[in-house]
Amino acid sequence: MTLLITVFAAIIATVKWYTAKDDRLKLGSLCLMYWGASIMWFVDALVGYIELGASYFSPGIEDMINDGFLGLSVVALGLIIWLVRLLVRDPEGRIKSALLHKKTDVK
Amino acid sequence: MACFIVPATEAVVVKVIEKAEEKKARDISKDIIEDESSITVPFKSKLGWLSNMLWGGSILLAFEHVWHGEVTLWFPFLTAMSDPLETEAMLHEMATAGLGMAVLVTAVWGGMCLVADSLVKRKKVACKVRTDHEGDTK
Repeated sequence: MTLLITVFAAIIATVKWYTAKDDRLKLGSLCLMYWGASIMWFVDALVGYIELGASYFSPGIEDMINDGFLGLSVVALGLIIWLVRLLVRDPEGRIKSALLHKKTDVK
Repeated sequence: MACFIVPATEAVVVKVIEKAEEKKARDISKDIIEDESSITVPFKSKLGWLSNMLWGGSILLAFEHVWHGEVTLWFPFLTAMSDPLETEAMLHEMATAGLGMAVLVTAVWGGMCLVADSLVKRKKVACKVRTDHEGDTK
């Protein structure tokens, strides 16, 4: 479930990156982050399949709900990391100008 | 258990190489004006792709381990470290799943680099053909 949710997040982020007119939002890093996580969970799933066999594909309801919440939390964490990086880099200079503007107001 | 440590370690190594490459590229650009025919995807950018994939994946995977109670914020940080049997299982997982993760991410990155290089090469050839054709018609 976590793998599926992360793969869908990676696909959506990649489509958004491909259709974006410019690289202002730095969506590329978000795509790579989700794809990296998806690959890692794929290996995890592969190891799980080797250990458990076909029963790996029929998890209990409780496990699925827990994994679903985990998947959504992972997507949210990825978005938070991307947003913080974007605000720190401030490619548009919005934060810088907002802070400078505030300073002149204080004066 | 702690499989994310292997790709995280690779991420640290890649970041160090990326920084060194960045410095090298800065030094070279001061001395040499690059020939247009030698334009390719810079190795620094390619390392950035790998770094993003490894860091992103490791951080999100570490979060999963915190979720499952396998990583704690206090010493020894990994719950498997408190029991020798579990420590052995953890090391086995790092050697199988962890190493597999690092290898697969690096292999995918290698494929991405090959595709990117071939795309740039193809575009360069197309530009050259167009320029030659325009020169002939003039």
